[in-house]
Formats: sequence, C-alpha cells, structure tokens
Amino acid sequence: MTLLQTKDLTVTFQTADGPVNAVNGVNFNIDTGETLAIVGESGSGKSQTAFAIMGLLARNGKASGQALFDGQDLLSMSTKALNKIRANEIAMIFQDPMTSLNPYIRISDQMAEVLTLHKGLSKREAIAQSVRMLDAVRIPDAKARISSYPHEFSGGMRQRIMIAMALLCEPRLLIADEPTTALDVTVQAQIMQVLADIRRDFGTAIILITHDLGIVADACDRTLVLYGGQIMEEGATDDVFARPAHPYTSGLLRAVPRLDRDDDELLTIAGEPPDMSRLPAGCPFSPRCAVVMPHCPTVKPALERFDGTRRRACHLPVQEVA
Amino acid sequence: MMYPDKTTADGLVGAAHLAEVQGRSLWKDARQRFARNKAAVAGLIALILITLFAFFGGVLTQWSTQEIDWPMMGRVAQDGGPSFANGHYFGVDELGRDLYARTVQGTRISLLVGFVGAGIAVIVGTLYGAIAGYFGGRIDGIMMRSVDILMAIPFMFVLILMLVIFGRSILMLFIGIGLISWLDMSRIARGQTLTLKNKEFVEAAVATGVRPLTIILRHIVPNLLGLVIVYATLLVPSMIITESFISFLGLGVQEPATSLGALISAGAGQMQYGVIWQLAFPLFFFIVTLFAFFFVGDGLRDALDPKDR
Amino acid sequence: MFNFVLKRLAIAVPTILILVILSFMLMFAAPGGPFNSERPLPPQVLANIEARYGLDQPYWKQMYDYVVNVVTRFDFGPSFQYRDRNVNDVIMQGFPVTLTYGFWSFLIAVVVGVSLGVVAAIRHNTWLDYFAVGITVGAQVLPNFVMAPILVLVFTLWLGWLPGGGWQGGQWQYLVLPVIALSTSYMASIARIMRSSMLEVLNAGFIRTAHAKGLPMWRIILRHALKPAMLPVLSYLGPAFVLMITGSVVIDVYFSTGGIGQFFVNSAFSRDYAVIMGITILVGVLTILFNLVVDLLYAWIDPKIRY
Repeated sequence: MTLLQTKDLTVTFQTADGPVNAVNGVNFNIDTGETLAIVGESGSGKSQTAFAIMGLLARNGKASGQALFDGQDLLSMSTKALNKIRANEIAMIFQDPMTSLNPYIRISDQMAEVLTLHKGLSKREAIAQSVRMLDAVRIPDAKARISSYPHEFSGGMRQRIMIAMALLCEPRLLIADEPTTALDVTVQAQIMQVLADIRRDFGTAIILITHDLGIVADACDRTLVLYGGQIMEEGATDDVFARPAHPYTSGLLRAVPRLDRDDDELLTIAGEPPDMSRLPAGCPFSPRCAVVMPHCPTVKPALERFDGTRRRACHLPVQEVA
Repeated sequence: MMYPDKTTADGLVGAAHLAEVQGRSLWKDARQRFARNKAAVAGLIALILITLFAFFGGVLTQWSTQEIDWPMMGRVAQDGGPSFANGHYFGVDELGRDLYARTVQGTRISLLVGFVGAGIAVIVGTLYGAIAGYFGGRIDGIMMRSVDILMAIPFMFVLILMLVIFGRSILMLFIGIGLISWLDMSRIARGQTLTLKNKEFVEAAVATGVRPLTIILRHIVPNLLGLVIVYATLLVPSMIITESFISFLGLGVQEPATSLGALISAGAGQMQYGVIWQLAFPLFFFIVTLFAFFFVGDGLRDALDPKDR
Repeated sequence: MFNFVLKRLAIAVPTILILVILSFMLMFAAPGGPFNSERPLPPQVLANIEARYGLDQPYWKQMYDYVVNVVTRFDFGPSFQYRDRNVNDVIMQGFPVTLTYGFWSFLIAVVVGVSLGVVAAIRHNTWLDYFAVGITVGAQVLPNFVMAPILVLVFTLWLGWLPGGGWQGGQWQYLVLPVIALSTSYMASIARIMRSSMLEVLNAGFIRTAHAKGLPMWRIILRHALKPAMLPVLSYLGPAFVLMITGSVVIDVYFSTGGIGQFFVNSAFSRDYAVIMGITILVGVLTILFNLVVDLLYAWIDPKIRY
C-alpha cells in the first residue's frame, strides 16, 4: 500500500541571484514498511526533498507539486494540520546529532514533550515511555541517564537518542537524513543496525537519505538516485547495484571502495557537483558524463520505465551503460 | 554607552580572521564592498564634511567664539535666532556669542577627544592584548584577570573623581577616557592573537630565533590591523558620547572652550525660553556625527567580513 | 553551586578592595592633599574629619582606618561639605530615589528590549522587523543626555503633559520622563542583541528538530529558543547595569530627582571627596554584586558551565 507519494515535487529558493531550483519535479512513492534509499552527492537535492515533505524548508525556500501522505497533500496543508502529522505519523532524524538536540534542555524533557503533545500522556507516563524507547535503541542505563543534558553523551549516543525520540509515537514513516555521516565508521554500523532493528520491530517505513552507497546495499529495498534535483535512476537496490542503468549510478558504484576486488586505484567521477543555478537545459549530468552524446546537454532525457519496475533518465541504451 | 557592546566585538573577531586568510586581495575587495554599501559611503561623506566644518568652518564667519554681540544682550529670544542678515547663521547663545563659531569649535573638540581617546585605547589595548595572548600561560592569566577586575569598576565615577582631584582640563579628559576604553580592545586583540600565534609565519619567526617583542610588533600587530580599524571606527563615537556626557554635567571641557556636549547642555538649559536653536544646532551635529561613524563602522565590518551578509 | 559562588566572591572581594584603595590614593594624590583645598573648611567639619581620620597620622594609617571602616561597617565617614551629616546620611537620602527609577528603567529596558528583539526576529524582513531595527539604530545616537532634553521639550514645553523635573515622593507623573530617558538606549541595545541572537538560534539544528516534533511556534520560541537566545543579552546586562547607574547621574542632574547622582555632581563641584568616594565605592559594590547574579543566571541557563 502506498504510504507517501510525491507528484512533481519542486523546491525553489529565492536567492540574491534569482530563483534556484534545488529539486526539480521529483516523482516517487514509498509503501508501508518499505525502506527507500535516496542517493546523491551534496547538492543533488536529496535533503531538500526531505525538508519539503516535512515542511522544514529554510525561509527563502518554497515547495510546489504534491506530497500525498494517506492521500492528504502535506505541501498545501496548514502548519497546524502538519504539526499533527510531524513526529506522530512522519518523524525525521538529521545529519548532525551534535546540533539536533537542544543543549539547554534535559533529554527527559525533550523526549517527553513529544508524547505529552501528540498522545496526551502525563509527564510521568511520557518519561517512562521515553526510557523504554531509549532501552530499545540500546542506551545503557537509560533510566538514570535520561535526565542528563545532550552534551553528556557521545555523538553516536545522541543519534540513538534522536532515533528513540523520533520513534516515540511509533510513526509510520521515518525520514533519516544522512544519519551516519557525522559519525565514526564503527558507530555508523551500530546506527544502521538500530535502524534495521526498529524496522523489524515496529514495521516503520524508512526513507534513508545518504551519499554513501556502502550503507545502502544491505539496508534498503529500493534505491532512488538523484542528480541536480532530478531522478536519474530508480529500482530495487539489488538490481541497481548489479546492473546500473545510468552512467551516474555506475560512476557512483565505481567510487565505492571494495575489498572483494583488487582495485589499484579508487575511481572518482570527474568534475564538480552541479551549480544549481546554471544547469544545462538537457541532462544535468551531461557536463560530467564520460559517455556524453552531442544532444545530451540540450535534450532532456525522459524518466522512462523499463524492466517492469525500474525507471531511468538517459539517452544511452540500457545495454551500453557499463 | 561608553563601550561598544559585545555583539560588535564578536563580529570583529570574525572580520580580522578573514583579513588574514585572504591576504593581499583583501583590501581591494574590502574597498569594493565598502563602496557598494550606500549607508557607509553616505556616512563617510558626512564625516568628511563634518571634519571640514570643524576645522575650516570658522573662516565663513566674522564672529569669533568669544566675541559678545552686545546689542543682543537681553534680547536673545527675540533677535538672537539664526539669521544671515546679522551673520549669526546659527543664532547666538544666551550670552550673545555667535553659536555658529561655537558649534564649529565644539565639533572640533568633540572630534579631537573622540580620535585621541580611541587612539589611546587602540594603541594600549592592542599592545596589551597582543602581549597577553602571545605569551600565554601565567602572564596571560594575570593580565586578563586584571582586565576583568578593572572592568567591574564603574569608571565614569572614577574618571569624574580624577577630574575633580586633578582639575578639569582637556588633557585630563584625554587621559581619563583613554584609560577607560582600552579594556575591551585588549580582550579582542588577545583573542585574535591566540589564533594568530599558531600560524606558520609566526612559528617560522619563532624557529629562526626572532625576539618575542619583535614578533609581536612585526608579525602579530600588523595582522590585527583590520580588526583594529573597525573597532577604532566604532570606538570614536562612544568616546564622543563619553566626553559629551561629562561635559553635559559641566565637569568636562571648561569655558571658554566648548564641546558638543557642553553646547547641548547649555541649549537644554535655555530651551524653556523659546531659543530652540541653541539646542537644535549642536544636537544636529552631534547626531549626524554619531550616525556617520556608526554607518562607516558597520560598512567597514561588513567589508572586512563578507560571511556576515 | 556553593563553590561557584565562593569562587566568584574570591574575585569580587579583591576587586572591591582595589576600588577602595585606588579611590583613596587618588584622593591623596590631589595637590595639597584632600583636606587643604583652596576653600577653607568650616571649623565644625574640620573637627569631624580631625576626630575621624586623625590627620596627624601617616597616610597609610589613615587609609587603613578608612578601609577598615568601609569594609567592616560600611561607614564612609563624615561629609566635607555638610557640617552635620556624614556620607551614609547622604547616600540613604539619595539612594532610594535612584533605586526606584533605576529599577523601572532596567525592567522596561529588559522587558521591552527582549520582546522587541524576539518579535523582530520572528517576523524577520517584515515591516515589524524594519521598524524594530529602525528604533535600535536611531536610539544608538540618543544617549540619556540627549533623550532627556528632547523629552522635556516635547512632553513638558510643547504638550504640557508631564512635569519636566522634580520627584514628589516618586509619583508616576514624575517617573515617566526620567525612566524613558534612562532606558531608551539600553532598551535599543538589548533589542538589537536579542534580535540577532534569536535569528541565529532560530537557524540552529535543534530548532529544526523542534519543528519536526510538531511543536507549535509559540512553544518553540518560549521553550526551545528563548533560553539560548537570552545568553548574549545576559552578558550585556552587566555592562548595561554600570551604564545605567552612570546614566542616572545625568537623570538626577537634569530632572532634579534628588538621587545619589545629584549629590555626586554637587560634591564634585564642591570637592567633597568623602561623598564622591562613598558613592563611587557603593556603585562599585553594586556592580560587582550584580555581575555575580548575572554569572549565576548564566550558569543556571547553560548546563555546560560547571559550577
């Protein structure tokens, strides 16, 4: 069953140099209990897509199109109505756990206010429930430590607290925006394990936003590749990894270091992430594409369905993408 | 009122940081950014005009600051208003002296006090802060702890005490105001020195055996320049306010000399007799001068710290 | 907590001592010594001083006695000017007045300044914001000694609504103009600091988290943003307190309110060192105590500060 569906989602920022589109007509959906990875470099629009859904865009940003959650459009909703859905139905965790928690308020109060607000629990019940949730994300000695302040926890612990806080109301969708980027490698694995556990235990659908293909392979059912605010390719994670259908995806995959191959050097994609205010009229990836064709910069490739469930936007025939 | 507030100071540290990263092109960039800031340019023009007025405005009138226009005595309220016919462009004061000439003199003295006070503050504060920051450790601890203690003293009262004891004179005002104002500067300079002293060029100088004082004067202080310029620009108006405050109380500049504060005080004391011009003209120059300095200071800070915009 | 207070007091005590000794040394540095001013003292006053300080004693002994009297009994000795009063009488007469309008000025500066700053930040880049910024920029060039005559000109001479001076036991009509004159520029500074720090806080990650939690805006402001945004304002309150006490001198002189500032300036003209020193030390002690309170508030708000 479709939980969230975006239709022509576009995010525009008013800047000193005129309006800039960070996200450009993105269509995707996610089913109940499914895990979807949104992958792309910085500036690909993946985080802005998430912020637009949650109504968290910066002041100069504006979202258009639709984001239908249970058939209700989140984008045209009043803030008051949206506040009933935030944390209660759709929760979000952020890239930097060091700044995502309020340093001036005890963890207990920060967590409890979610439950008192959305579920009408008393403070005491809310804190008891928060302790159970901290236990679930394996914070040691949660009962005692819940009355600490954020700075008394490590980065990995804080991200667990953020996850616990996001799960308090047992939302149906969790958006995780680069949840491991700011953390050490060993801690990254633990956080991914926590996400896998909560998906198993609570059946929460997850949108995992990342630039790190390494963590996508195990964790996600489907993968969506964004570049320049547009979808390059979409499909089941295994298919995308085994047979990438877009030069950008194959470039990304080659850039992942692997132990099972004897790589002499790590391949990178040449060039810089795109300047969103100066995208080519055609394919946004064309300036960096190794197999670019003469009409690529001027003619935009349509996002076409192939192999039944997969989609891609490229002029090159599927068979020729290495 | 005497000290630029903390937010200003914090912004400054960022400004100087940038000054040192961008190297040579900074001053050109800064000039362009400054030129684009309309308020700052207008402030600079106003400042130049006021300075010209303060130093050369006297040639436009045949009246001196002391001369009493005897026929005006007792008829100031009726006849003493601004008039081109009798040459009193700004009218006369309560004694029948030409207010234009006195405003020129008052503006000059206020500007002088502002510049000299800010100058003392900048020199003393920069050196003090640079030394404390460069040597660090216990010297730094003692020096900055002393600053903390001095900052807790209500200096305006001590300054007035000094003026009473040593007699009221402009020299005493210079010394007193300068002594008050270097404390903030020293803190800012110290903070910046702490980041500077770990830079390669300083370490290179240390490694080649340059003496500490030479390092401070040759390598640290020149790199504090951007910061110092911005801070000094914002310090001048607060020095002017401080001087005017004391003169308003009658404890500052003494007759026959005058300052904007003294003129405002005199005008405020006379205004119930309907001689508004005696308050209005000094007040106008006071306010325009302050605005000009604040706008130029803000413009300089923005010019030297582009990330702030 | 207790240790923290002790540590702050350990700094406060030497500061006060330095202030007392500095003032006393300044006084003795006066040409001809403090008691031989060009104007001969009335015999009665001279007798008071003689009895109190023992002028035949060496300077250090006189200083020691003065310091001991100030520190142990808060006794500043006899006035040089009024034959039948000592400094404590003068302070007791003026201080309640200064305290009354000072309290209202401080309250208004903080409450109005903080509210204005918060509203401007929430309504960033709207006419309300521009209005607030306009006020704060304008008030920079309107220190108390400029505000006072302008207010009297408008509200007393032109409109005739409010008295332009006097105290009358602190009736509200007599409070309005002094309080506005004293508080305006600090109110503006607080508003400016509050606005920029609130704007910064509203961009913080934890505010985005608060939005993501579905909290209503008023709750985000009050519960999540106000505390951290208040910190810069709090560190400005120490200097603002000093500046307002200093400004009260102008208020007292201009409005003839009869606070300690008026006695201070009168004493400055008549070289009544005892009163000048007494008031200077009193103000210093108040400042130090106030800074202590600010430090405690700071530590209470910011959990990262260890006591």
